[in-house]
Amino acid sequence: MVIVTEGLTKDYRLGRHVVHALRGVSVSVDRGEFLAVMGPSGSGKSTFMNLLGCLDTPTQGRYLIDGEDVAGLDRDALARIRSRKIGFVFQTFNLLARTTALENVELPLLYSTVPARTRRERARRRLADVGLANREHHHPSQLSGGQQQRVAIARALVNDPTVILADEPTGALDTRTSLEIMALLQSLNREGMTIVVVTHESDVAAHAGRILSFRDGRVIRDERVPAPRDAVAALAELPRDAEAEAEEAVA
Amino acid sequence: MNPLQSARVALRALRVNKLRSALTMLGIIIGVGAVIAMVGVGAGAQARVAEQIQSLGSNLIIVLSGSTTAGGIRGGQGTRLTITEEDAAAIGREIAAVHASAPSMRGTAQIVYGNLNWATGIQGVTPEYFEAREWTTVAGRVFTPEDLAGATKVALLGQTTAQNLFGDADPLGQIVRIKKVPFTVIGLLDRKGQNSWGQDQDDVAVIPLTTAKKKVLGVSQANARSVGAISIKIRAGEDMVEAEAQIRELLRQRHRLQPYQDDDFTVRNLSEILQAQEESSKVMTYLLAAIASVSLLVGGIGIMNIMLVSVTERTREIGLRMAVGARGRDILLQFLVEAVTLSLIGGVIGIALGLGSSRAISEFAEWRTQVPAASVAMAFGFAAGVGVFFGFYPARKAARLDPIEALRYE
Repeated sequence: MVIVTEGLTKDYRLGRHVVHALRGVSVSVDRGEFLAVMGPSGSGKSTFMNLLGCLDTPTQGRYLIDGEDVAGLDRDALARIRSRKIGFVFQTFNLLARTTALENVELPLLYSTVPARTRRERARRRLADVGLANREHHHPSQLSGGQQQRVAIARALVNDPTVILADEPTGALDTRTSLEIMALLQSLNREGMTIVVVTHESDVAAHAGRILSFRDGRVIRDERVPAPRDAVAALAELPRDAEAEAEEAVA
Repeated sequence: MNPLQSARVALRALRVNKLRSALTMLGIIIGVGAVIAMVGVGAGAQARVAEQIQSLGSNLIIVLSGSTTAGGIRGGQGTRLTITEEDAAAIGREIAAVHASAPSMRGTAQIVYGNLNWATGIQGVTPEYFEAREWTTVAGRVFTPEDLAGATKVALLGQTTAQNLFGDADPLGQIVRIKKVPFTVIGLLDRKGQNSWGQDQDDVAVIPLTTAKKKVLGVSQANARSVGAISIKIRAGEDMVEAEAQIRELLRQRHRLQPYQDDDFTVRNLSEILQAQEESSKVMTYLLAAIASVSLLVGGIGIMNIMLVSVTERTREIGLRMAVGARGRDILLQFLVEAVTLSLIGGVIGIALGLGSSRAISEFAEWRTQVPAASVAMAFGFAAGVGVFFGFYPARKAARLDPIEALRYE
């Protein structure tokens, strides 16, 4: 088991009121799973994601990542775990402007124990893995949305994490580019990477092998998808439009 | 992250907002520049005073003849020659701390060489005078006791006097006339420069005391042995104040003054006056530096302000860095290095500016300035300190951000 939560609870204090964002979530995720977390806003899925990402600690309950108990760790220890075990992908990419694609990918290595000599090489390899070997020295503003998200995925991969947490990774992208990103995540998953995607679109969740649905801070449904949608096949069915052709020509 | 990488990241961040970084640095540049320039002015003044002490002769006490009091009207200093050559000899003999005690008389006379003439101060002195005043010749010799005993007509010229009479020609062995009396120039005195009140000490002709009395300045009707002043050099390491008290006591005894009577002479401890001046110019240096550091302080606040803006602007970046594994101390270091980089670059430019303006001040205002190396090092350290001090609060603010909030920040 890569991720085990037992009775995970998170309360927020808003003035006098206490908001129960999570009310006891117990979930186990196996190595190599592709998990989609769904739910309307306010359902607790973002809170769950923050806890999985070790950006926050639970009010109650246990969370083990790779067998390591996170409860009670201080900020520095949480940062260490994020550095070693978690790769983040965000809706808005969160790339550093005025910084090349290669340096963006290299960023997590600056805070790791990876020796300085090998950092650039690792970053370069990861960028090639997502198909952007020829974009190393481009700045984010010179890249399309899809390309920026690929850089972000390369950045998430560079530390060889245990799990990739993607928060609405296609939220800012058009249909074709979304499918391309999902295809990339699926291929990473086939190579053995554990992936958790948070989304409110069932279209996106359909690519996962397991869907976790949240409502009011609880898991209301936990279902296996026998035959997940294949993003590559879906791409082939899309009518080719001029815009995509133009983008490919640039690539 | 190691410090080198932090510095690189900092430089990159500063390059992004070139104008803003430059303006922020300007505060430090002006601050450090002002401190350096002001210290330069102050230290220059101090060095000048120290030089005056040197030219006056160190450990010098001067006894001047007192004033007359006739019918309640008090004359000026030296109107009555109350001290004598014997007083000078007694001071040299009886007070252990005295190294040399030299009586002298002063007057003014026209001195003539060929068709040139020049009004100058005439000093009638004994050979001890040169010792007491630490005055040597650059050419020729000083008087011997024989010159004094024989009242020979020999003269030593100060640099200014020699320049006015001889120009660049060699005055040695030439005959000059002082009050129509021919004198042979036997020596040229070393340059002493101005004294502390701006009087040219080199505008002088020095002749034996005996000759001065007989041929040039004349003698007091009341006492042929009286003199205008005694220059006394105290041995190094002796207490000046104690020596001054002993001299005063000895002279009061010799002059048979009753306890109710005032001194009929004046004792001046000139080096003490100059030391006080040196002290006050030191205080002035500190004062100038303190005023200048206010602008350094303002520069520091500028850094703090800009770093706070920068932290707010880059909240998402901070959140991202934290998400990918940066610890609080990594973020703290990053922003601290940025602030210190700003202040250090500003410091280096400020030092250059300070040295430049200190040179400009000495060039245009004709003030002497000098910038001690230690104060340059101190200004640099101070600039770094300002960076750390004013960079710490914004950096800590950045380091304490909640990564979730920071990532969500718009």
